[in-house]
Amino acid sequence: MLKSRIIPCLDVNEGRVVKGVKFQNLRDAGDPVELSFHYQDQGADELVLLDVTATRQERIAMLETIERVRQRLSIPLTVGGGIGSIEDAGRLLNAGADKVSINSAAVRNPDLIAAMSARFGAQCTVVAIDAKKQGEIFQVLTRSGTTAEAIDAVAWAARAESLGAGEILLTSFDRDGTRSGYDLPMLSAVTDACSLPVIASGGADSVAHMVEAFQHGAHAVLAASIFHDANMTVGEVKQQLTDAGIQVRNEW
Amino acid sequence: MIQIINTGVANIRSLQAAFDRLGCTWNLTVSPEDIATASHVVLPGVGAFAAAAEAIDQLGLRTAIIDRINHRESATLCICLGMQLLCESSEESQSAKGLGIIPMAITRFGDGVKIPQLGWNEVRPLDNGPYDAGEAYFANSYRLETAPDGWGAAETDYGGTFISSIWRGRTLACQFHPELSGTWGESVLTQWIEGITC
Repeated sequence: MLKSRIIPCLDVNEGRVVKGVKFQNLRDAGDPVELSFHYQDQGADELVLLDVTATRQERIAMLETIERVRQRLSIPLTVGGGIGSIEDAGRLLNAGADKVSINSAAVRNPDLIAAMSARFGAQCTVVAIDAKKQGEIFQVLTRSGTTAEAIDAVAWAARAESLGAGEILLTSFDRDGTRSGYDLPMLSAVTDACSLPVIASGGADSVAHMVEAFQHGAHAVLAASIFHDANMTVGEVKQQLTDAGIQVRNEW
Repeated sequence: MIQIINTGVANIRSLQAAFDRLGCTWNLTVSPEDIATASHVVLPGVGAFAAAAEAIDQLGLRTAIIDRINHRESATLCICLGMQLLCESSEESQSAKGLGIIPMAITRFGDGVKIPQLGWNEVRPLDNGPYDAGEAYFANSYRLETAPDGWGAAETDYGGTFISSIWRGRTLACQFHPELSGTWGESVLTQWIEGITC
């Protein structure tokens, strides 16, 4: 049986992890290589590096960061943030990413999903969807949540699947940073409408939140602050998930 | 020296990094001579069955790979699509011609499971094999349904069982990615490198 995955997420800017990481036992808590290895050591099943840089110069630095992380990592690595073309995706894969996540560019140009899937395979084509509740639907947001699109997230997930995506990374804009748990109605709506694996993101503050997400169809959970603040190690989370009857990879 | 066949359609950075961590030297090759003479050869594979099969033919590597694997005593590792290519054909691309070393066809996972299978799953050797049971990272939509005659095999559950790895002589084929399967995956690579004959 496939295991439920725990995926720490690191925001990287100019080769450094940003968004307050509070580890005591690391020499340099801002180094993405050291932090990635640290999470792998704790039993992370996969890692997501999110490029939050704005300039072209910094994007080149991101490629070096990915190369350095890849050298140390023996688990899958997904890279997202600012990918606009199939050439961008190819550069990230060449640097050592196993999967590439596309967001705004896929909304602007859905054919990019099909092109990436045909060239690199569905298994490395992740479509990231940011959405918030708007009346009766979940509205897609792009450009880091600043632009509301006239698109329903549930329909968009189904379309991404038909275009050749291999995985959906679903982030609730309403819940992100609130620590009030994942948006379960949105998660259920998307997992019902599309047969791809879905990674739930946004709002996790406890193992109970993760259990809820898995019970609502998530194949994986993404979490940042719960790990960065050193509230819990990945291993402690996996132990508690196991106690709650969720099957996780038996390494931590 | 490990020779990695570079069909140009697979993402092999993770594999190179894994060999680096294990202290092994590697080289990318498209030379039939390397494939015939190297102590260790890897046939990696990510992407489409047809594209990889075409690349093998365009590079003129088909005979060299088949001869090497049929010789049995040469250490050869086939990963993911590389394992599927050992078969005659795949439901993924009906007209494409696999290496045909195994007279079987690759099929798509059935209804009732998420496709692709993406994530960690248990690998259980059915016969005495080159590694112990463990958990491996998979990223596949197609699979071998039953074990081929004359090969040892491991199985995995995903909407019923499928064959997640096979071995014969010093050839090891894995549907999973040992290079992305943590410390267990590294132990699988080490066993293959060090040459356990099955």
